[in-house]
Amino acid sequence: MRLRDRLSTARGTFTGFLSSVVSRGVDDATWEELEEALILADAGVGTTVALLDRLKEQAKAEKVADAEALVALLKAQMAEDLGGRDLELRAEGSPAVWLFVGVNGVGKTTTIGKLASREVQSGRQVVLAAGDTFRAAAAEQLGQWADRSGAELVRGAEGADPSSVIYDAIEHASAAGVPLVMADTAGRLHTRTNLMEELAKIHRVAGKGPGTVTEVLLVVDASTGQNGLAQARRFTESAELTGVVLTKLDGSAKGGIVMAVQDELDIPVKLVGLGEGIDDLVAFDADEFVEALFS
Amino acid sequence: MFDTLSNRFEGIVKRMRGLGTLRESDVDEVLREIRLALLDADVNLHVVRGFQDRVRQRCVGAEVHKALNPVQQVIKFVHEELIATLGGETLEISHPAKPPTVVLLAGLQGSGKTTNAAKLASWFKQQGRNPMLVGADLQRPAAVEQLRTLGASIEVPVFSEPSDPIAAARKGVAEAVASSRDVVICDTAGRLAIDEEMMDQVGQISDAIEPHYTFLVVDAMTGQDAVTVAESFHAILELDGVILTKVDGDARGGAALSVKEVVGRPIAFSSTGEKIDEFELFHPDRVASRILGMGDVLTLVEKAEQVYEEAEAEAAAAKLLEGEFTLEDFLEQMRQLKKMGSLQNLVGMLPGVAPELRNAEIEDDRIAQVEAIICSMTPEERAAPRMIDGSRRQRIAAGSGTRPSEVTQLLRQFSEVQRMMKRMGNKSGGSGRKKPKKGRKGSRVTPPGGQQGKPGKPKLTLPGLEDGQFDLSSLR
Repeated sequence: MRLRDRLSTARGTFTGFLSSVVSRGVDDATWEELEEALILADAGVGTTVALLDRLKEQAKAEKVADAEALVALLKAQMAEDLGGRDLELRAEGSPAVWLFVGVNGVGKTTTIGKLASREVQSGRQVVLAAGDTFRAAAAEQLGQWADRSGAELVRGAEGADPSSVIYDAIEHASAAGVPLVMADTAGRLHTRTNLMEELAKIHRVAGKGPGTVTEVLLVVDASTGQNGLAQARRFTESAELTGVVLTKLDGSAKGGIVMAVQDELDIPVKLVGLGEGIDDLVAFDADEFVEALFS
Repeated sequence: MFDTLSNRFEGIVKRMRGLGTLRESDVDEVLREIRLALLDADVNLHVVRGFQDRVRQRCVGAEVHKALNPVQQVIKFVHEELIATLGGETLEISHPAKPPTVVLLAGLQGSGKTTNAAKLASWFKQQGRNPMLVGADLQRPAAVEQLRTLGASIEVPVFSEPSDPIAAARKGVAEAVASSRDVVICDTAGRLAIDEEMMDQVGQISDAIEPHYTFLVVDAMTGQDAVTVAESFHAILELDGVILTKVDGDARGGAALSVKEVVGRPIAFSSTGEKIDEFELFHPDRVASRILGMGDVLTLVEKAEQVYEEAEAEAAAAKLLEGEFTLEDFLEQMRQLKKMGSLQNLVGMLPGVAPELRNAEIEDDRIAQVEAIICSMTPEERAAPRMIDGSRRQRIAAGSGTRPSEVTQLLRQFSEVQRMMKRMGNKSGGSGRKKPKKGRKGSRVTPPGGQQGKPGKPKLTLPGLEDGQFDLSSLR
């Protein structure tokens, strides 16, 4: 219940604005309020319309007359869509390589820091590869996380070729018998063709040496709007994504765009970021996410 | 999505064709589609509603531009309203008598505060200022190192100390005073709008340094939450403006509209790339077109207007040649000329214009006066200026804030032009009042320089000028 706990403290009461809906029968206003809730959560017009059309049919078939049952039905439907995926982060390989990708400012470096801490705590040694050689002091930032988590850092010079920095880290891990490499990459807008090609190269090179790329995680900020779908589309073209990390979900943003991402691209949300603390990264729970979306 | 949007518009267009005014039901139908477009661009739902209401008020009962179908008319209103909303008041940075000018940046994590602090410093440098950066983000690991590296690259000093953010900010400003820096930009840690403790802290930083300008840094990719964020920060910091970042992506940037609407302060700057100098003053028209996401539709609207104006000009030209040039036409021509920019330049560009005319002093102020005079006439007077006697002249002068002698002068000028036009028509048509055919040489209206004129700009030339066939001097 981490997500729910965090959100209830963050957002005050957990009753939410749908509480006004549930005490009534189903009428046009009910549908309007449901639509409003979904759109305000960044689910997007397409997803919202599709969800509500399906719900209408289902409600008709099952003769749902009161709003409370309708909301419950919608939540169940959404949770079913989002859930049932394998959320395990795969780590077979010697070493296994996890790549973290995304646009600027979504929290890639912080996510790696938290995840490294979790892995080290569970007894697995980790090497962090400072593949963001572009942003000023990015390697320092990752270095501080390495210190906090007890992972080892491999870095290159600022402006160095990120592929070779990551490759070096993998070779180092292999030689030292470290089973897992987490590779940071520079934030890049998915519309920058050359930077996306660079990412494709990073992905290719990371799989060439002794390591195996087992996870490519797209980090998405919960406050991202409809552009999130375009991001996921382009990133998975360059480096086939295995999952999404939804960060900053402890704020007022609901992160509804991941529904469209999962629906259209079949890329599951695997992890959720709930704060700046080292333990604030948790496994995605579809039920709690849906509950929080309507809070 | 916008293929289908354009298609849906087409369907509505077909049904609405031929209506003279906008009916409420038509407007609603178009606005429903606009609503989807705005939501898809991440404009906040509540902001969309307010926006829709404003456009509806403007639309209902409005007369449809002759060239536009009702749908295009609504889109035009929407676009204009978007620009008006996004633009409006612009931010002018003034500097206090006693430097330094203190600037505070705040925002969510990852919105781009640190990078844009450096970009802003670089911008001030270009304005001839001596900025300094203060790193008060002691939260994110290595944030101060990032600021120092960026500062070094643009040769701007950076102050920070690992005490607490409020003290660091206060000392930073004191340091700027001591080292005679005239602008000091304070970077702060990213914070969630609902994190009371952190919001309280940024309020304390603001109290400590009393900034002249406080900017909220907002990611152009932000979704519906932009409103909550802007409201929360504005409540604590009283923002002066917004810096919109990551505009170089393909996000449609509806957050800009949401934030502008909520905060009521201008979007001052936009960050258009990763490089330090990719930072500029905000252009509302660009973002407006993008939010609407209908470049093609907007082009269509402009084209329609342009074709209409060409047709109008053509009709006017035909009239000219028949000597039916009225004061109304005269005024219309004046107005079109006014839209095209400085008269002096324009006349200079026309080929085949007599040197006398070229050197003639045409003052732009004079056009406003002419407009006022003609507008003060009754339609009957405009159609038949000969009826204007002494008392009518008095009335027109009083109505337009001019002297009767100026009215007389205008009328005299007009009759001269009219006479000249008539002679031109005779020469071109060959046989006096014969109506020139459309497309025929001498009556075809094209802009100076042929078809290359910018779309959307009104076009007018005197007949025949495009090929230099006419030389006004030969008419005398």
